[in-house]
Amino acid sequence: MENYSKKVMENFMKPKNMGEIKDASGVGKVGNPVCGDIMWIYIMVSKDKSGNEIVKDIKFKTLGCAAAIATSSMITELAKGKTLADAYKITKADVAKALDGLPPIKMHCSNLASDGLKAAINDYLVKQGRKPMEHTKEAGSSLRS
Amino acid sequence: MRTIYLDNAATTKLHPLVRKAMSECEEDGFGNSSSLHSAGRKAKEKLDLARETISKKVFAKNHKLIFTSGGTESNNFAIKGLALGSREKKHIVTTKIEHDCVLNTLGFLEKYGYKVTYLDVDKEGLVNLEALENAITKDTLLVSVIHGNNEIGTIQNLKEIGRIVHEKGSVFHTDACQSFTKQPIDMEKDNIDLLTINAHKIYGPKGVGALLVKEGLGLEPLLHGGGHEYGLRSGTVNVPGIVGFSKATEIIGEREIEHMASLRNQLVKGLKDIDDCWLNGPEVDSGKRLCNNANLTFMYAEGEAIVLYLDALGICVSTGSACSSNTLKPSHVLKAIGLKQEQSHGTIRFSIGIDNTTEEIKYTIDCVKGTIEKLRQMCPYKY
Ligand SMILES: Cc1ncc(COP(=O)(O)O)c(C=O)c1O
Repeated sequence: MENYSKKVMENFMKPKNMGEIKDASGVGKVGNPVCGDIMWIYIMVSKDKSGNEIVKDIKFKTLGCAAAIATSSMITELAKGKTLADAYKITKADVAKALDGLPPIKMHCSNLASDGLKAAINDYLVKQGRKPMEHTKEAGSSLRS
Repeated sequence: MRTIYLDNAATTKLHPLVRKAMSECEEDGFGNSSSLHSAGRKAKEKLDLARETISKKVFAKNHKLIFTSGGTESNNFAIKGLALGSREKKHIVTTKIEHDCVLNTLGFLEKYGYKVTYLDVDKEGLVNLEALENAITKDTLLVSVIHGNNEIGTIQNLKEIGRIVHEKGSVFHTDACQSFTKQPIDMEKDNIDLLTINAHKIYGPKGVGALLVKEGLGLEPLLHGGGHEYGLRSGTVNVPGIVGFSKATEIIGEREIEHMASLRNQLVKGLKDIDDCWLNGPEVDSGKRLCNNANLTFMYAEGEAIVLYLDALGICVSTGSACSSNTLKPSHVLKAIGLKQEQSHGTIRFSIGIDNTTEEIKYTIDCVKGTIEKLRQMCPYKY
């Protein structure tokens, strides 16, 4: 297999925001044990000064390979402080780019983090009795459960 | 940081005595072993001596030893060479736990109309002898069974398998890359017609191996050319590499086997008290397991992540996890012994070498425990 970038290794060796959020506003659960990656993304939502809903806090728990752990860590960094609408727009390609690329074979199998974040946002919206956001399908994206 | 190398089933480090023998040969045996002049004759003498030494190691009497570029070539040559040389029979029997170079060679032959029976193995990785006997028909060209398994260390009963294969009138090939010099092999008593061995698993050089071929089998060569190696494998012979191979057969003796087994046992004992963790393959003291192999599954941690965290601590091991393979397919061997996919993901192979020490194993046990704990803290839930 192709080697991981330095960025991937840094995020894998010392992942940021690993853990749970008790009383999270929303939790996104993606992946499954059979394919080897499970990712849970916890978000805490609050309003900023102008009244927009933002990702105030975000944490992850992940079982999986180096790419799965690194993308989890990276999505928490990319999403923190963003409005829900902007956070929802983060793509797999954005996550991979922020990590200076992923080996091609890992692009889709372990790059679940943006799906996990979308699932967390929708979990929050649904809990609020609101409509979930549309998942506009990006190339190769799959919401696995 | 010091490196603790526990991946000796993947390859080993060249032994100083082997390196010495090779560099001496580069000096006074560099000639082309086919040349008539003194430089050629010197190389030829060394080649003949190496052939004799290695043949004796496996008690070959009615076999030709053909030097090759390694285990992969020897296995390809044994299977394709026999198929090309004997046109009538179109059925081959093998197991579900062969090395990829056997499985993929057989897959290639299937494209050309051969039928292949892939025998199941039990939980320990052992072939059922009755199933083997039943699988062999009049049309069975070859039975190919790996001797020591490279992932889980299972040692098959060559003598019984060889006896059955010959009783049923077929040809017996075994891939002994992992077991050679660690486990006794007797070409005559074990009824072996074709034996694959290589150098780089036993502290010899990479890219050197051999196939022993029973007289009269009628193999076709895969490499045609100047007629080297009895016309069965052309190409100027790698005499220094072969001299290294020959020297390497002297490295592992009884003392080394005991040393590796005791470190392996120490490792398994130390790791087994981790929760949700088990040893795959035969028990360590069963006599059915390679002396240097330990293969363990750690639930709720993924193999590639374990390997890379341990690597950062200076420890080299390998995994049966799909996530570190080029194909994202989990190990076929772990599947064959009944592991579910979600279990094979957390599987690690440790393979001890002659130079490892008790302190290294102690350090490894501590590091593995820490790594598993760290990864399990990241795991969202137990399944
Ligand atoms: C059981 C077995 N067979 C064959 C091979 C292939 O040997 P080589 O690397 O010399 O081609 C290996 C090692 O990779 C092996 O472990």
